[in-house]
Amino acid sequence: MESIGVLMMCPMNAYLENELQKRYNLHRFWTCPEKPAFLETHRNSIRAIVGNASAGADAQLIDDLPKLEIISSFSVGLDRIDLGKCKEKGIRVTNTPDVLTEDVADLAIGLILALLRRLCQCDSYVKSGKWKYGDFKLTTKFSGKSVGIIGLGRIGTAIAKRAQGFSCPINYYSRTEKPDVGYKYYPTVVELAQNSDILVVACPLTDETRHIVNRQVMDALGPKGVLINIGRGPHVDEKELVKALTEGRLGGAGLDVFEEEPHVPEELFGLENVVLLPHVGSATVETRNAMADLVVGNLEAHFAGKPLLTQVV
Amino acid sequence: MSESPIVLVQRPPTFDFMDELLGRNFPILTTHHTSSVPLLNSLSRHASSIRAVVNMGMLKIDADLLSHLPSLQLLVCTSVGTDHIDLSECKRRGISVANAGEAFSEDVADCAVGLLISLLRQIPAADRYVRSGKWAKSGEFQLGIKLSGKRVGILGLGTIGSLIAKRLDPFGCIISYNSTSQKQSIPYLYYPDVLSLAANNDVIVLCCALNDQTRHIVNREVMESLGKNGFIINVGRGGLIDEEELVKCLVDGVIGGAGLDVFEKEPRIPTELFGLDNVVLSPHAAMATPESLDNIAQLALANLKAFFSNQPLISPVRLD
Repeated sequence: MESIGVLMMCPMNAYLENELQKRYNLHRFWTCPEKPAFLETHRNSIRAIVGNASAGADAQLIDDLPKLEIISSFSVGLDRIDLGKCKEKGIRVTNTPDVLTEDVADLAIGLILALLRRLCQCDSYVKSGKWKYGDFKLTTKFSGKSVGIIGLGRIGTAIAKRAQGFSCPINYYSRTEKPDVGYKYYPTVVELAQNSDILVVACPLTDETRHIVNRQVMDALGPKGVLINIGRGPHVDEKELVKALTEGRLGGAGLDVFEEEPHVPEELFGLENVVLLPHVGSATVETRNAMADLVVGNLEAHFAGKPLLTQVV
Repeated sequence: MSESPIVLVQRPPTFDFMDELLGRNFPILTTHHTSSVPLLNSLSRHASSIRAVVNMGMLKIDADLLSHLPSLQLLVCTSVGTDHIDLSECKRRGISVANAGEAFSEDVADCAVGLLISLLRQIPAADRYVRSGKWAKSGEFQLGIKLSGKRVGILGLGTIGSLIAKRLDPFGCIISYNSTSQKQSIPYLYYPDVLSLAANNDVIVLCCALNDQTRHIVNREVMESLGKNGFIINVGRGGLIDEEELVKCLVDGVIGGAGLDVFEKEPRIPTELFGLDNVVLSPHAAMATPESLDNIAQLALANLKAFFSNQPLISPVRLD
């Protein structure tokens, strides 16, 4: 039996690479010097793609691989995959929900605390020896502040539960109101921002949610409000965000994602009222292993004719 | 002729936020001295009229100082800890003592959780990685450690310890504790000593009082028991940990890391800690928010008012 060609879009996890290598004919796309030539050569043997938050499969790539049967994403977000094209061609798509929910929610709370309590600055203050010369300044209390969540899915719900432990009233915006959750619903993101001290982005990235946090939302959040983004960079109008922060119209931001990762606007580097993280929402040993097992598990199920584990399309 | 001061407010010059509030209600004298001797020198004229002292900034209140304040009946501390106060001398002299009660418990609990997440997920190091331009140049940051579901042992389940447990509960953390009192009503698993607490947990959080029984309660043996995948968070007092051994255990990888807001000789810190990424440090700032300062000012005022109208203190300290 000829071996199954699997195209991995970018480096994402050594354990995952190993497991794929053991089972399939693994092609590492990022090592190909001439990508179009590579695709031409292997177009009939590649039956699966493994993508992640940075690289997936657009319409062009899908068209270039006529034997493609399944795209297994090492992420829960699917914004890098042309889902419409997949549906049209009967290509199956899987992702890694649930296993990363806790890590991402933990990080959202971690960003809030690090931002409001200036924990990064405190750490530098002590490690630079400055404490000998005086106390650090006062910071902002978290407990009891109102938290507004955009998107009350798995991750949004997990964030809400954690914030409740800090006695935070929870508000949310969602495509449809959820009457049983016990949180306050706002029908627009601007109203959510007006009524929350902390605004958290936790929805999927789609055409509808691109730049869902725009200038108007940031102005509604205001100089005492802060923005936390653990979704996708394009959820936020980044140019406007930089202006709002440097002009003092927005109180602060805790960001794990950016529009052009790994590039981060340098105007943010000197600001004390931001926390900048290199897209580490699911980046723990435990969770990345669990995500890798899901990716491999879905591929194995597909090629064995068994039901997929976490099918989206 | 102005009234003799009956309340002495002893505080560092930058801690004058209570002066106006207290001064409106009582004739006060404000001073700022880091040692008792200069303090005594400067208040000699007024020493005999002082009936209450509000002590901020952890000035040591010892028998000698107390002997120079013959009319002193009430000592109000703006800390929860009273390890800098000679409590038995206060008791002997019939001096009541009040502390900070729960004025900043929420902020301290928030800080403890913040330090823990920052430590396991390497937030300060990752933030530096981005700001230094390394993410664009050198690729992905290293993996951190998952917090949700970890076993967390709390040493000292008072107000702060209980608030920490309440915050970590929705993270799916498995909470256990060791405390001077084991209560039936507490839903968490009890361990009879700090060694078994350390042996059976991934994280230990220190938020108990510092006294003769708890000095260096976290020693080498406890840290070895906690192990190379174990972490310490300290928002109590630096003296709870044998700091010299802690540094060795961190540098040698005997324990996984530490998040520390307090130190034995603050603000002097062992410099070996400065270069470690598995350590998150904070300058005794767990209660440093405007809300906590406002709470402590209101509480100090409430204790003074209660005392001077012969009512029970709001946040009394037991003196036995």
